Amino acid sequence: MSAIVPRSDFSLLSANPALVYLDSAATAQKPRAVLDAMNDFYETDYANPHRGAYALSARATERYARARAAVAQFFGVRDEACVIFTRGTTDSLNVVAAAWGRANIGAGDEVIVTGAEHHANFVPWQQIAIERGAIFTICPLTADGRADVEVLAALVSEKTKVIAFNHVSNVLGAINPVAEIAAIARSVGALSVCDGAQGAPHMAVSFDALDVDIYAASAHKMLGPMGTGVLIGRREILDAMPPYQTGGDMIAFVGDEQTTWNVLPHRLEAGTPNVAGAVGLAAACDYLTAIGMDAVAAHERALVKVAHERVSAIEGVRVHGPSAAERSGVLSFTVADIHPHDLASLLDERNICIRAGHHCAQPLMRRLGVAATARASFYVYNDENDVEQLVEALESAKRVFAVA
Amino acid sequence: MTDTSALYQEVILDHNRRPRNYCAMADATIEERGVNPLCGDELTLYLRMDGDRIADASFQGSGCAISRASASMMTSIVKGKTRAEADALIEQFRGMATGQTVLDDLPPALRVFAGVARLPQRVKCAVLPWHALHSALTGGTGSTSV
Repeated sequence: MSAIVPRSDFSLLSANPALVYLDSAATAQKPRAVLDAMNDFYETDYANPHRGAYALSARATERYARARAAVAQFFGVRDEACVIFTRGTTDSLNVVAAAWGRANIGAGDEVIVTGAEHHANFVPWQQIAIERGAIFTICPLTADGRADVEVLAALVSEKTKVIAFNHVSNVLGAINPVAEIAAIARSVGALSVCDGAQGAPHMAVSFDALDVDIYAASAHKMLGPMGTGVLIGRREILDAMPPYQTGGDMIAFVGDEQTTWNVLPHRLEAGTPNVAGAVGLAAACDYLTAIGMDAVAAHERALVKVAHERVSAIEGVRVHGPSAAERSGVLSFTVADIHPHDLASLLDERNICIRAGHHCAQPLMRRLGVAATARASFYVYNDENDVEQLVEALESAKRVFAVA
Repeated sequence: MTDTSALYQEVILDHNRRPRNYCAMADATIEERGVNPLCGDELTLYLRMDGDRIADASFQGSGCAISRASASMMTSIVKGKTRAEADALIEQFRGMATGQTVLDDLPPALRVFAGVARLPQRVKCAVLPWHALHSALTGGTGSTSV
């Protein structure tokens, strides 16, 4: 099984032919198209958008607006103004927890997260619950790591204000039933917040069809630049949300005593925006759309199926999470009693990049009963040879540790 | 043998498999927790001080082979040492792990860790127990991060 994009699209990968990059769930490599688009903005249309009374500034504004339109289309959002550019998923989720949470969560209310959340979709909710005197509830998981929707449906009440959950687990690759969870939230009038950091890069996402209230994603995990992300929300939610930051661009009129706010999306984007970041993300969306998100998902599913079979066939290996057919391109495992960090160091020596540790998901590690796991994750540029290299390296690590 | 594999030589693997002084200590006079927030590794270091001298040392926790072996050897070596002697060892070990100390200064048993200096992302694993020891001997916050 070969990669579905040419390795030569990625300068870093073609400069390092022996590199086996299996950490795309942490961050994805960048195709030249993304870097070129960002560079082109700086070299041809660069000025501060939204304010200059000159043609160059208008071109920068136009670039920024076009980027938003492309990103909105990629995420299946008809109402472009509901795509807010942020610094990334963590930023997006913190904005919602702080701005929406502070205005809508009160003492005795309930905030629900799942036991498989990345710290970015766990800690902000835990903290706002503490601040507001609300009850913080952790929804249990099914055996394969998804939110247990039967339990969730029984947990919720009119006190439930928020249900925060991941689209895809960054540790297990387990895919949550987003629309089903959103419907449970809606049934009690709670806000549904979906962390899409591991969803959007790997499968088609139609925000309007998912019917979730909030969806957050990071550009850097979907071939775009670091430091850029999106907060997508239903208009009535975003319109009613108090501004998270105040300052330039987000105001309508600043009086001596009071200030009125600009309209969406500007109301939630204080200060000079990261136009190059948005342009880079839009180019990444275009690149992925050209491949086809269904082809991306199918490629990853095929690769992770082979990886799942080959890695779990190694004696002493325990693979965590769902069956290969039901997971995104993420494989978390432990090898006998070799600590994942030792494993990652030994693999690194063979030019294989995997992640080892708690993956910013300590609550999930406790639920799995492990201190850490090793994680290999796949993307468009990976092929079956990468899986072979991984398997050989794991066998070799077992020999170093003298594990039979 | 390659650099990384060479680091995982028998003595480190042996201390990982059968860590010495791996137990809680009921009559400990100092208990210090060391954590590496990046990876979640943690250990608890127990010391029983007899005046200025470390009468006994032990540890418990979860961590990689490098940190377990380091803690295992450290607790063996510092037993019977005075604070000043332990401080000197801490300095020398940290220096070696970051590639600065002359190896001749160190007890031979600890020199197996010299290889971590070439693996910057593993230096913290090796020094975690030593950081906890340093913190324990300088008043002890009860919890240390590397």
